[in-house]
Amino acid sequence: MNVTTPSKIEKLLAAGHYVVTSEVGPPRSADGHEIEHKGKLIKDHVDAINVTDNQTSVCRLCSLAAVIRLKLMGLEPVLQMVTRDRNRIALQSDILGAASFDINNILCLTGDHQHFGDHPRAANVFDLDSIQLIQTVKMMRDEGRLLGGYEFQVKPQMFIGAAANPFAGPNVELRVARLAKKAAAGVQFVQTQCIYNMDKFKEFMKIAMDRGLTEKVAILAGITPMKNVGMAKYMQKRVPGMDVPDEVIKRIGGLPKEKQWEEGIAFAIEQIEELKSVPGVRGFHIMAIEWEEQVPGMVERAGLFPRPSLN
Amino acid sequence: MIRAVGKPLEEIIDNIKDCNKVLVCGCDGCVTVCEAGGLKEVKILGSALRLHFAQANRPVTIDENSLTRQCDKEYLAQLRDTIDNYDAVVSLACGCGVQFLAEMYDTKPVYPAVDTTFLGVTEERGVYSERCQACGRCILAETGGICPIARCSKRMLNGPCGGSSQGKCEVSPDMPCGWQLIFERLKTLGQLERFERPVDPKDWTSSRDGGIRKIVREDLRI
Repeated sequence: MNVTTPSKIEKLLAAGHYVVTSEVGPPRSADGHEIEHKGKLIKDHVDAINVTDNQTSVCRLCSLAAVIRLKLMGLEPVLQMVTRDRNRIALQSDILGAASFDINNILCLTGDHQHFGDHPRAANVFDLDSIQLIQTVKMMRDEGRLLGGYEFQVKPQMFIGAAANPFAGPNVELRVARLAKKAAAGVQFVQTQCIYNMDKFKEFMKIAMDRGLTEKVAILAGITPMKNVGMAKYMQKRVPGMDVPDEVIKRIGGLPKEKQWEEGIAFAIEQIEELKSVPGVRGFHIMAIEWEEQVPGMVERAGLFPRPSLN
Repeated sequence: MIRAVGKPLEEIIDNIKDCNKVLVCGCDGCVTVCEAGGLKEVKILGSALRLHFAQANRPVTIDENSLTRQCDKEYLAQLRDTIDNYDAVVSLACGCGVQFLAEMYDTKPVYPAVDTTFLGVTEERGVYSERCQACGRCILAETGGICPIARCSKRMLNGPCGGSSQGKCEVSPDMPCGWQLIFERLKTLGQLERFERPVDPKDWTSSRDGGIRKIVREDLRI
């Protein structure tokens, strides 16, 4: 893989390292210190930090401001961008703004439908979808051109990412086909949906590998530790595109309440260990939802610490 | 065809509560087919309004009729001689009919009696569903005859998103995922290569985003 951007993720992947990323969810207020606090909790244990963009359609402090804040702290952010709330003018404008602060990683997403969030009566935009956003960033970066045709000199140096959900079903074939489409659009890394159904994930990876997609796209396996059986059941029943097998519910639910979180962490670490042996997995994306303080311990126990240095 | 559903009676009554003479005017076009605004529904609404005003001890005259179409001037012109007899018109036509009627008789208040809902089909009597959003540039040739703009809740041109589950949309388990349907259809047609080809950003100028749309057919003009 030829490194073409200053992205730390890109450089680490090119050097053959596993990449470890995690995420910070911005607050539902103007409290920028919370982002700093969460960033500090995980900064030594991950290579890059995603900032979610109004996830689950709940209005929050914007991902662009939050990634700039992390960048100013000397950290490596990944700007998550959904196409739900902004048209192509606003999206491209934000990409240029992010790049002006040397943000070098972007995660292109369509976004959850607004029906889930705190403003279900809002109009949605969806001028572009995630794949068209990938195309757009690639055009801006490689050709110095906007969708409207305007050409410019100072190009955004973005390592382009997206999400992949092997579990959205009903067949894995379709999910790999969608990954192929993202690869054709120019995606360079993907972070997957949280993995609980290991068999299905392995099936997805096998097809992706057979199709040569793992050569084109670095796949970071998504890990979310369960806090308790209530969360596991919620994820199983309520979260779109999530696949939580009954055995996971049984394993965590089989313990007294005060022990469940430890089991959730232990299970997540076992998953990372198992995923290390899955061909094509190039790293891990740990999404500890409102539980960022657990990330350092998980990274250490999974044998992924210290993080490699680029020098 | 255009699909519509009747508005709540209270909303219609509220609009005409101060009138003494009202024309309830249906349309024999689309809204008749979906049983929301034809002569039958005019008669039902007329009876309900008369009953309401009788119970309220208000002597209000409610007349009824239905035009062949309210989106054509020649049929709207049939009201020319009588419209001044009324304080207001309650139209059961779609939004186009209501507006065209109001445009022709611009000193007369015209109130809608239906909510115009979508361009759709009759799945079975009483069950209608959307198929087209009239975006102005049809892509059905590329998508196996299933429209992602109308059938995907995020109008994605490169779906399905990661929120679809077991072939259902993330918005509701009762809603099929449009892109799942497209994938299956393309597979059946042996055209799966279309699915994996990224579709470029759409030109929305032919859709709502380009302002009010107009068709001028010089070949048809007199």
